Amino acid sequence: MAILVIAEHDNASIKSGTLNTVTAAKKIGGDIHVLVAGANAAAAAAAAAKIDGVSKVLLADGANLAHPLAENVAPVVVEVSKAGGYSHVLAPATTTGKNVLPRVAALLDVAQISDIIAVEAADTFVRPIYAGNVLATVKSADAVKVITVRTTAFEAAGEGGNAAVENTAAGAEAGLSRFVGAELTKSDRPELTAAKVIVSGGRALGSAEQFSAVIEPLADKLGAAVGASRAAVDAGYAPNDYQVGQTGKVVAPQLYLAVGISGAIQHLAGMKDSKIIVAVNKDEEAPIFQVADYGIVGDLFSVVPELMSELSK
Amino acid sequence: MKVLVAVKRVVDYNVKVRVKADGSDVDIANVKMSMNPFDEIAVEEAVRLKEAGKAGEIVVVSMGPKQCEETLRTALAMGADRAVHVETDAVLEPLAVAKLLKAVAEEEQAQLIVLGKQAIDDDCNQTGQMLAALMNIGQGTFASKVDLADGSVNVTREIDGGLETVSLKLPAVVTTDLRLNEPRYVKLPNIMAAKKKPLAKKAPADFGVDITPRLTTLKVAEPAKRSAGIKVASAAELVAKLKNEAKVL
Repeated sequence: MAILVIAEHDNASIKSGTLNTVTAAKKIGGDIHVLVAGANAAAAAAAAAKIDGVSKVLLADGANLAHPLAENVAPVVVEVSKAGGYSHVLAPATTTGKNVLPRVAALLDVAQISDIIAVEAADTFVRPIYAGNVLATVKSADAVKVITVRTTAFEAAGEGGNAAVENTAAGAEAGLSRFVGAELTKSDRPELTAAKVIVSGGRALGSAEQFSAVIEPLADKLGAAVGASRAAVDAGYAPNDYQVGQTGKVVAPQLYLAVGISGAIQHLAGMKDSKIIVAVNKDEEAPIFQVADYGIVGDLFSVVPELMSELSK
Repeated sequence: MKVLVAVKRVVDYNVKVRVKADGSDVDIANVKMSMNPFDEIAVEEAVRLKEAGKAGEIVVVSMGPKQCEETLRTALAMGADRAVHVETDAVLEPLAVAKLLKAVAEEEQAQLIVLGKQAIDDDCNQTGQMLAALMNIGQGTFASKVDLADGSVNVTREIDGGLETVSLKLPAVVTTDLRLNEPRYVKLPNIMAAKKKPLAKKAPADFGVDITPRLTTLKVAEPAKRSAGIKVASAAELVAKLKNEAKVL
């Protein structure tokens, strides 16, 4: 049995979600190979070769793979997966993994198992449904199991591997889609899904100015990433990719500070596996208090400055 | 240009579902059902494209039991022209839905196919991508902006680090993200008018598609509950607890 892990990378380095996915692959058991599909991605392939537990890295290098367009990447994955006779194809459940992998599954004519949080057996997995309110254990009857992995549910694999890098065909340009441009949010703070501490703000912040004036200094003081509720994002207080929840990012930090967030089930779906949850809200009936380990009922505009000065002591 | 929109009937997003006592399934008897929120956004986008003179006929399609008719009528009341109901009581997985949608899209010769990015019941986020794969056409997933031109569509996508724009050759599949638009409320006269709009009935067998599930659900369970927390009186007490009790600072 051999498992193919689709690496997420920026051509120069491997993104952290890939490491959690390798750990999930280890739990399934078998030889673990990593596919790096990109353009001038030798550095990323070399980084993948160092991941502990990886026995081979396949590098598909071509101009058509410069951006991870699903139309170009999926056929490469399908080719590699058929040629290698893999029993499992895994990718992290990031926006890239979610975009590409169902396309792979359909081309292989198999079902996909999305966002697994546990491996019960080589064909049986646990995944959350209904915004994380229910956990379903599913068994696959397909010859190839195509799976996306919820990265927060598995530890990151360490370094120490020494896999060989092998070149594989990059396939042809599908001619169906073209990358036009990207507008990435610039931040010096830790990445949201990998952060140990997250400070998250909601609608109660009232404006984009107050969001940055209140939430960001607190995050910087704690070395934390900044998150937001859907209400805060929709109101324009924070960019889209800050959103934590069922339809945004799923996080599980050591400490999650929810400031001015009521705690709708869609938001809880994205953060309720955090180790410690702290809530600051002036409404003592807010549902966030039902999951918070520590709560302060009070106005965030006075509580957060107090918190800042306490942390400075 | 014809637009096809796929809609799903799901448990209303405000309902907190419960697991049946025997752990076999989720208990959805007597629970409020609605159109999947992402599909409302998909219908809204199609209607806006039509209102802007960029799209012609809008066909909505839903798959599932008889009650899916209500979901289709809602879409018709929002502004869709015609509905197709593929009626079945069988459990449909995204791959089966994608195969059925392919058959409908080809029959209708749709140029743009719009779906929600995920259904809030199974949280799969697969059907649109699978459909694009089966039809061998481009996919613009997690769309927050759709710019339709002659022969192509520019889609701005919500990705992990921000936004990305891709250009797709038509026909193409687009799946909607939350910020694409704000769906309209349906007005009573439109609900009445929607009752007269055509709704065609089909069955999976009409398309010769194998819909056998590939996955078996062995059990469902509620996740472990978090133990009840405490309320603290001051920021000082909170910081002390985080340092000494929780040891996360």
